[in-house]
Amino acid sequence: MISASTNDIEFRSVSKSYGAVTAVSDINLQVPKGAFVALLGPSGCGKTTCLRMIGGFEQPTTGEVLINGQPMNGVPAYRRPVNMVFQQYALFPHFDVEQNVSYGLRQARPRINAREISRRANEALEMVRLGGFGKRRIHEMSGGQQQRVALARALVNKPSVLLLDEPLAALDKKLRTAMQIELQTLQRELGITFVLVTHDQEEALSMSDLVCVMNAGRIVQLAAPRDVYDHPTDFFVADFVGKTNRIAATVEADGSTLRLADGSALSIPGRSALKPGSAILALRPEAISLHRQNGSASGKFSGIVTHRIFLGSSAEYSIAVEGLGDFLVTADRSDLADGELVEPNERVVLNFDPSAAHIFPA
Amino acid sequence: MALALNTKRGMVTAALVAPAVAWLFIFLVLPFIAMLVFSVGERAPEGGYQPAFTFAQFANLPARSAAFWNTLVLAPVGSLVCLVVAYPVAYYLAVRASPRYRLLLVSLVVVPFWTSLLVRTYAWMYLLGSRGIPHLLDMIGFEDVRILNTPGAVLLGIVYGYLPLMIMPIYVSLEKLDRRLLEASADLGAKPVSTFFSVTLPLSLPGVMTGLALVTILLLGEYLIPQLLGGGKVFFIGNALVDLFLQSRNWPFGSAIAVTLVVVVVFVLLIAMRIAWKIAGTRQVDLV
Repeated sequence: MISASTNDIEFRSVSKSYGAVTAVSDINLQVPKGAFVALLGPSGCGKTTCLRMIGGFEQPTTGEVLINGQPMNGVPAYRRPVNMVFQQYALFPHFDVEQNVSYGLRQARPRINAREISRRANEALEMVRLGGFGKRRIHEMSGGQQQRVALARALVNKPSVLLLDEPLAALDKKLRTAMQIELQTLQRELGITFVLVTHDQEEALSMSDLVCVMNAGRIVQLAAPRDVYDHPTDFFVADFVGKTNRIAATVEADGSTLRLADGSALSIPGRSALKPGSAILALRPEAISLHRQNGSASGKFSGIVTHRIFLGSSAEYSIAVEGLGDFLVTADRSDLADGELVEPNERVVLNFDPSAAHIFPA
Repeated sequence: MALALNTKRGMVTAALVAPAVAWLFIFLVLPFIAMLVFSVGERAPEGGYQPAFTFAQFANLPARSAAFWNTLVLAPVGSLVCLVVAYPVAYYLAVRASPRYRLLLVSLVVVPFWTSLLVRTYAWMYLLGSRGIPHLLDMIGFEDVRILNTPGAVLLGIVYGYLPLMIMPIYVSLEKLDRRLLEASADLGAKPVSTFFSVTLPLSLPGVMTGLALVTILLLGEYLIPQLLGGGKVFFIGNALVDLFLQSRNWPFGSAIAVTLVVVVVFVLLIAMRIAWKIAGTRQVDLV
């Protein structure tokens, strides 16, 4: 079969079960060549199983996985044109850095001569800014350096797809941000398809150009990071990707008025008619504006600040609203009239643009 | 130590270590010193030891060359055969066996220890004797096969008796092996055989070396198996020592042989450690 596929990876109704437990059910996914896709979801959502099925460490129970248009069912890991950066890296402790990186090249048949292997391994180490570290032993390298060795060890084989299993989970926050930028740059320069598995929504949003949100073995949404954040398909996505306020509501018979738990009505303009019945109103913390209650200010809700988390240029407030429960609101200091923080126990009014709200059937 | 004794913690440590130190001093160091002294002495006319300073006993070592030969050949060969048999078993237990049955299977390896080695070796004596396997072979046409009292019988007994001691350390090191390293190897294009020789085997070497050292050292002092299955024809140094101390009461010569054996054991250990370090490429391999 000659491949004219524009997809590097394709899942065709793939399911995977372990005995009675279904890890992944009926996944259909196409990853275009050169894409950076993130499989995002809570633990146990099946994202790692999907990655392992691409790598060849698991076989689908039904359906098939294709790489470069070639069906991969029954093809063992060592015959697949993909390489993986493992969680906690899985570097060989009995080899030095260069031997780790050259491992894949040493497996190649026909054999590559030793000088060429060494040249390519060192080139890969240069690429991840570890030139000159070749003779170090693995345990002498820091976590961030080990991460880059793992990256070099995978990339040296020039795979058509690079799989990354929670690659940044073991790094501290500063290093993680640096590696996010580094990974993104590498991916653009090499033009290799990257498939990243993560439970960290920030990581998925910041690096990938396609986010595949998974829950309970299924794909819930597949879209660009911005679309996932701005237009989540359901409350799970809205809640998992970023923070969100969940407000129980009932859609009135007219299909455009929401009745909230405290009895107030909210009219949602400019939308196709909503299905009458109970619904969830989802509001991002930053979509809500916050004002001190000093007579003149009016808003949709009023409440009392119960907690404040100071974040530097902004702060997160937890606000108790009578009849509706707690609201999470993010406010920049510059948004407040006097540029100061609101103190706990202060009475505030909340406002928001109804068109920024998401309404999902409950 | 003297400084540590000043503190309460140091006193506790000393108190805890003291029994072991005393035990080793009384039952290991002192007897060894006595043996050194005996080995340069002379046999008293009525047997035992009389003081002297001579190396005549050491010069006489070739008189027991058969015992040395048997021990120094059968001990390493026996432990190598143990290794060859034990590795696949340990590999199966640690890597392939379903976790549900692993504990059961591992305990089966240890079960033979519940019966005395003496009894089990007697069983082999019967099995290999004229009414055992040779009798069965005789019925299907192989006449006059002798197994008992041959080096082969001793080797068989050795491998049977010491196999669990080889399986356990290898099992432990294979069990600790991170499965993701095997996946990483496959991911990088290594076929299963290549993964075994590049990753699994090197990383289980500490277990292999521990097993080899343990079994070899114990075999160098083996007495029971050659006594029962070698029938006085295939005897080890241990058998020669019993003979010298209890029968001919030549304590100085026995001591000289024992001292030589200790020197050989230390030498074997050093070589084993050297090889382990060299293969593992690091000085972090611990032998036990």
